[in-house]
Amino acid sequence: MNLDFDFAAEQPKLVQLLLGIVAFCAVVALLLLLLDRAPMRQRARLHAAILLAPALILLAIGLVVPAVRTTMLSFMSGDGAAWVGLDNYIWMFTQPEAVTVLRNTLIWLALVPILVTSVGLLYAVVVDRTRFESIAKSLVFLPMAISFVGAGIIWKFVYAYRPEESDQIGLLNQIVVALGGTPQQWLLEPPLNTLFLIVVMVWIQAGFATVVLSAAIKGIPAEIIEAAKLDGASPVQMFFRVTLPSIRSAVVVVLVTQSIGTLKLFDIVRTMTGGQFDTSVIANEMYNQAFRYGETGKGAALAVFLFVLVTPIVVYQIRQRREAVR
Amino acid sequence: MTTVSSTVTVTQSGARGAAQRVRQSLTSRTAGIVAIVIALLWTTPTFGLFLSSLRPEDQIKTTGWWTFFADPQLTLENYRQVLFSTSSSSGQMASFLINSIVITIPSVLFPLAFAAFAAYALAWVPFRGRNLIYIGIFALQVVPLQMALVPLLSFFSEGVSVFGTQIMPAWELEGASRFAQVWFAHTCFALPLGVFLLHNFMSELPGELIEAARVDGATHGVIFRRLILPLVAPALAAFGIFQFLWVWNDLLVGLIFAGGTAETAPMTVRLAQMAGTKGNEWQRLTAGAFVSVIVPLIVFLSMQRYFVRGLLAGSVKG
Repeated sequence: MNLDFDFAAEQPKLVQLLLGIVAFCAVVALLLLLLDRAPMRQRARLHAAILLAPALILLAIGLVVPAVRTTMLSFMSGDGAAWVGLDNYIWMFTQPEAVTVLRNTLIWLALVPILVTSVGLLYAVVVDRTRFESIAKSLVFLPMAISFVGAGIIWKFVYAYRPEESDQIGLLNQIVVALGGTPQQWLLEPPLNTLFLIVVMVWIQAGFATVVLSAAIKGIPAEIIEAAKLDGASPVQMFFRVTLPSIRSAVVVVLVTQSIGTLKLFDIVRTMTGGQFDTSVIANEMYNQAFRYGETGKGAALAVFLFVLVTPIVVYQIRQRREAVR
Repeated sequence: MTTVSSTVTVTQSGARGAAQRVRQSLTSRTAGIVAIVIALLWTTPTFGLFLSSLRPEDQIKTTGWWTFFADPQLTLENYRQVLFSTSSSSGQMASFLINSIVITIPSVLFPLAFAAFAAYALAWVPFRGRNLIYIGIFALQVVPLQMALVPLLSFFSEGVSVFGTQIMPAWELEGASRFAQVWFAHTCFALPLGVFLLHNFMSELPGELIEAARVDGATHGVIFRRLILPLVAPALAAFGIFQFLWVWNDLLVGLIFAGGTAETAPMTVRLAQMAGTKGNEWQRLTAGAFVSVIVPLIVFLSMQRYFVRGLLAGSVKG
């Protein structure tokens, strides 16, 4: 095996990094210099222009113009040469492979927010006010720091399959075998394989729900809890009559945030199945169409549809957040 | 608190109190079991991956990681191989690790600075049209980055032409200079959220403070550097950590703008490739995955408070 790693080959990268940092310092210094030179008594417009220029230029080039262009592309043929009207959208809603993608996205959207919120809420309640609360919360929060790709590999290993006669290396199949079952290829059999991918998303996101909901639970006034206890409320009654109504807005925040994240989900599917075996979702299919099959029009149509799905949820979320700030 | 209330209950009605105590201890026992089950479910997969990455190749491929406890054998060979081997069949992960670092640092610095400048202008420089611009940037949070990918890539590779006239040439970046387009893309995509978060924070600062500095003849540059930056440091840290994790863990932007080779692609892209094509080379996958996971974990454990704040604040990104 060849182990002589070529450090010299890495040098251009470090030079590039250095260039990037120098460019960064130069741009910041230039902006501050311009700002100092522009006399304070002059119109504020000049100062604002200097401060806003980099952000506005980048947003125009990187988001605004491309978004308009993508919308146009969604009405054009794959190579972007001819107008095809609504063909790409008709494809999306009628062709079986595209409909499967939409169906999968719906399954994700129906399950992930609910499961994440339920697990997070359950965990937040059971560890609340226990001695090991902060460690317990950290353990569940830890997957949030991991990339979706890393989590995908971790779970692909859990789902790993070996033929019945040999030893299992995947935890799930080992449990199945220990219980007397036969090992399964979990990621190859639709429609259950989508559920096994959803487990990964729930595993990653539950920590987020736990932290948000736990903070909300701690915010419930002590008097309300004491009063309920004095009235002899059982823990289950406490949960449904006192806790849940008091943290309603936090629950909504988690549900909404998870819905947005789920709609845009790409990495887990891409890492674990590549969208094969009927597991593709919109964001993954968009990538495949636009960047692997050269079907820019179809990819653009999927992106626009994603935008249409996400917009009302984000608008709702922003309104919620503004109310929370007030 | 709990002791007080339970004694109160007991004196109120002895029988009911006893029943309730039994019930309470039962539910607290169930609660404890639920907590332990969830905590185990949430840590075991990661632990299994980590332990496997330290086991010899033939063992990983033939026996489960839980058999380690019966026959403990540890090795760093997997890490040595996945990081430093130059044969193309192995990971070459050291190259990709360097790429991830080169991609991440400027992709955090640029949006941090540009968002801070813009947020300051929108919060404290009075000019006409300010609200309109703020609402515009704010609204861009809605746009999923999928909407921008195709045109932005063609902007880099073909330049801009309107009705057949080339008004901007293609970037035509080769080799290491392709990092610049990844930085560019990450910076653009980070700005709406960054401006929004920092603006929220800056506009909360007391106006008298800034007014007083202005009366003393301080320029906007001085106010920004001396007054604003130190005050918004926690918000900068939260957004910086969020952006760091976002870029470090990103797959999509890296895949499209950095390509798939050891020249520029980040670790996530390489891992996704390996999971697809070498899906059964578990000795490399486990070690490689752990290398990529350990960096954000260290950041998480050392800066947990800012980290949580950043994550909560940034949960709409994308």
